[in-house]
Amino acid sequence: MREFLWLVPALPLLGSVILMLGSARLSVRASAMIGVLSVGLAALLALVISFGFLLEPPAGDVYQQTLWRWFHVSSFSVNIGLRLDPLSLLMMLITSGVGFLIHLFATEFMEGEQGYGRFFAHLNLFVAAMLLLVLARNFLVLYAGWEGVGLCSYLLIGFWWGDPLNGLAARKAFIVTRIGDTAFLIGLLLIATHLGTLNIASAMTRAPETWDVASPMVTLIAFLLLGGAVGKSAQLPLHTWLPDAMAGPTPVSALIHAATMVTAGVYLIARTHALFLLAPIAQFTVGIVGALTLLLAGFSALAQNDIKRVLAYSTMSQIGYMFVALGVGAWGAAMFHLMTHAFFKALLFLSAGAVTMRLHHEQDIFKMGGLWRRLPVAFWSFLIGSAALAALPLITAGFYSKEAILSGAWVDGTSGRVLWGAGVVGAFVTGVYIFRVVFIAFFGEEHAHVSGRYGWRVIVPLIVLSTLSLVGGFIQLPPAFGHITLLSDLLSAVVPAPLEATTVLPLLFASFVSIFGIVLAAVLYWRPTHAQADTPLWRFWHAAAGFDWLYDRLLVCPLLWAARIDRNDFIDRVYSGIVWATRAGHFAVRRTQSGRVRLYAAGLALGSICLIAIAVLR
Amino acid sequence: MILLWLLAVPAVGGALAWGAGAAHANWSRWISIVVLSLDLLLALSLISPATSTGHTAWIASFERPWIPQLGISFELDLDGLSLVLILLTLALSLISVVISWTEITERVGLFHANLLWTTTGVIGVFLALDLFLFFFFWELMLVPMYFLIALWGHENRFYAAIKFFLFTQGSGLIMLIAILVLVFIHQHATGHLTFDYLALLGTKMNSTTAFWLMLGFFIAFAVKLPAVPFHTWLPDAHTEAPTAGSVLLAGILLKTGAYGLLRFVVPLFPDAAHAFAPVAMTLAVIGILYGALLAFGQNDMKRLVAYSSISHMGFILLGVFAWNTLALDGVVVQMLAHGVSTSALFILVGALQERIHTRDMRFMGGLWGSLPRLSAFGMFFAIASLGLPGLGNFIGEFLILLGSFHVSVTFTVFAAGGLVAAAAYSLLLVQRAFHGTVGSFPDKTRLFDLETPHLVVMMVLTLSIVGLGVYPQPIFCQVAPGLSVLQRSGQQVSTGPRARVVEQP
Repeated sequence: MREFLWLVPALPLLGSVILMLGSARLSVRASAMIGVLSVGLAALLALVISFGFLLEPPAGDVYQQTLWRWFHVSSFSVNIGLRLDPLSLLMMLITSGVGFLIHLFATEFMEGEQGYGRFFAHLNLFVAAMLLLVLARNFLVLYAGWEGVGLCSYLLIGFWWGDPLNGLAARKAFIVTRIGDTAFLIGLLLIATHLGTLNIASAMTRAPETWDVASPMVTLIAFLLLGGAVGKSAQLPLHTWLPDAMAGPTPVSALIHAATMVTAGVYLIARTHALFLLAPIAQFTVGIVGALTLLLAGFSALAQNDIKRVLAYSTMSQIGYMFVALGVGAWGAAMFHLMTHAFFKALLFLSAGAVTMRLHHEQDIFKMGGLWRRLPVAFWSFLIGSAALAALPLITAGFYSKEAILSGAWVDGTSGRVLWGAGVVGAFVTGVYIFRVVFIAFFGEEHAHVSGRYGWRVIVPLIVLSTLSLVGGFIQLPPAFGHITLLSDLLSAVVPAPLEATTVLPLLFASFVSIFGIVLAAVLYWRPTHAQADTPLWRFWHAAAGFDWLYDRLLVCPLLWAARIDRNDFIDRVYSGIVWATRAGHFAVRRTQSGRVRLYAAGLALGSICLIAIAVLR
Repeated sequence: MILLWLLAVPAVGGALAWGAGAAHANWSRWISIVVLSLDLLLALSLISPATSTGHTAWIASFERPWIPQLGISFELDLDGLSLVLILLTLALSLISVVISWTEITERVGLFHANLLWTTTGVIGVFLALDLFLFFFFWELMLVPMYFLIALWGHENRFYAAIKFFLFTQGSGLIMLIAILVLVFIHQHATGHLTFDYLALLGTKMNSTTAFWLMLGFFIAFAVKLPAVPFHTWLPDAHTEAPTAGSVLLAGILLKTGAYGLLRFVVPLFPDAAHAFAPVAMTLAVIGILYGALLAFGQNDMKRLVAYSSISHMGFILLGVFAWNTLALDGVVVQMLAHGVSTSALFILVGALQERIHTRDMRFMGGLWGSLPRLSAFGMFFAIASLGLPGLGNFIGEFLILLGSFHVSVTFTVFAAGGLVAAAAYSLLLVQRAFHGTVGSFPDKTRLFDLETPHLVVMMVLTLSIVGLGVYPQPIFCQVAPGLSVLQRSGQQVSTGPRARVVEQP
């Protein structure tokens, strides 16, 4: 079956092309069928290929496939090829599987919307691009997927194009991430120039042969790749696009946050960990960026009233955890959290979508209230997702993956302890902000009118994702409970094995912290005061520490100003000046041709006097 | 002999189309289509079957004495580079005829005559290897182009046409002087008066003279390309020209500038060009960023596309002066991809103007609702133009950046900034025209989507840009022998290899 690997990204791509070409003619039902089936088949195929891979691992745990030669210029060649190893296998399963569930949900969520076919065309393309990204064998192919993901986020965030604000959010997402992408591209140029190849595996083998640890060039490259990663994964300082990206339909948010896009940065760093191991400063920076982002985003999530914005900030915060894990070298833990996060974040977004579906797209949590009785399915799903996000000990998947990250940080020396501290504070804040939403939106008084019922296409994905959010963590358990190491065994072929935490103390501490967070949220928001205190602190965190404001003043406004004042191109004025001077000269000289003999005579006389004067005085 | 036919068919066809136009407008349209298709078939037959390297670079030649007393001959030679550009020329000319079917209704015969003669001139430029003949064609392509703008253009057409003419004519004069001086220096050295390019290659001269002559050629081609600060004719000419004129200008005429840099400036004056490279690359980077800034500030949609051309042409200038195989192959793909994507955008603007009678984006918006196909193609080519991988422009820009990275990291990094800028202006175009609330354009009665001819044209252009993006290798094979000959002459006298080229597999 492995030889059909190329079909995994090709099927959604095909679906997308069919939908784009036929979106005007296809019925809603046909569009939904094509959209869901293409991703569903890709997910099924991915599953079959993965089983084959696990039961009968190929030599070196790597299966490679070359499709065609992209170009070959001056002994520099790039092949379009795929590479299946445990890391890309995991990503492929997450992307196609979670992507399929989101597609299924979306067929019902988007019913009655204009541009139904276009929506699924772009959604399919999104999954195809992400699959290309994770399966790519060559950096340039990865970059193609990387840009494709960015494009699809642009198309889908701006899906409701009638509102200019959606367009603004979409362009912001594309342009901000493209700043990171450009850094990434320059990093690729450096890799190509210094290592002579863009094949990922060969580059990773050649890197330690070419550079010593901490040599400037490899550090620079690692920083440039990090630039790309922070853009796509919405980490400081390129994180500002993500909250605005909520302008898109909710299934899109689920796809961006769980199965595609924001996890790309984590995957990139895990994929190129050989470079980061050579550049300790860059790797440490990854951890610092993660820690700062997880705190900033956590506090910002506390000050949001829009349910989707809370979830957006929570994604930034959780990706921050993954960056912390990458920063301390707990590569497997980062991938583990990436996986569980994909489950519970998809679940949270889809259940939030399920709530707003029934509330006429109302997203303000203070206008909800008491929904647990009205919408039991959505309530239980959201609750399970929130528990997993808050890392409720023992019973949720999020607990085990977050624990893996925190214990990875704990054993990583002094700097690791600092990151651990940030992670623990973050875990506490996480419990508070997500259960704030749970208590305000689902308990207390009812404020909203609920209408309609759910079909199976909404319920099935919620049930599957709820199950995964609960049991998905059992594939990797810490030494203290059971010590199952399925995931780290799988990944050991690709990334170095993690250090094991020897004490149970930090683990216990971290678990209690998240419970404290939930309890505090219960105390504060069980009977919420309706009016939110409008303090400066609240406004500061509501605006996520004012990065948007800062970037507007520093970058956007000056550029807009420059574009506006130079609309008519000052260089053209120079040429207009030449034209004007020529014309002026023409007029001046023409005036002398007046036909008046007296003037001519005067001119002759004046000229003669001048000449004589020059001759005499010389 | 086939090269002569390549020139004669559109030249004679132009006269026929003019004559037939007097009888019936459609006759001249059909004649143009037949003539250009015939020429395209001729050119296609020249595609060398052996795609492997190791052959001689010249695919076909034609030579007859013209003015033997002055050493001027009618010498045409075709290598892969010329062939690829001629194919682009003919394809875009054919498309120009199709998309002018409803737009041009007055003096149809004369219009098509001018269109075909412009094509003739451009093909001549790509074929001529006698410097005098080259100059002859260089001037020849201007005149019909001038009429295309001045007779069938928009509101401010006379201003634009004269500006276009003065810029190109003035710079052409400088080139003529440079050609003559070069020829006399060669005669002085060898006692042989000739305008033959191949003979003039490697003419010995002191470095100051070489520098000034190089500059003479450079200015002519930089005006045509255009490079900052000689670019200001372009937005006016592109904006005021009829759609077919814009397609010819952006798709083909700009490429003659790039071709001139490749064929003449660097090979004839390798050392001077090498010394000049930092200046040229600075101009290139300024062009990329400044063009993008200007594009971003425009309200007129056509002007936006025109300024984006300046930005894209900056990449070409950068690649030419990086002068290694990676960059040069990138330049070729960038020329083709820019020709296709920018032409498509101009066609769409033209179609839009036909429908809503304005190009001002302040009055547009929300067109996706009424013109979904047109808007979808508009978005596709805007995205192509911002360099999305998988589409042709990316290959060009990536190879140019990779090639120039070997020469100068600083210039490359700044040029890469153009990728972000391109995203900003391209997406702004999509937003202002197709998305957002429905605009207050003057005429809302004629909002019908693209018809079949336009759809076919758009599909062809879409497929070409995708083909260039996912499988550009045939182009590289086609131009490889020609480029390596150019590169060898470009490095003949210089002290050593110009750039470190990646050698590892």
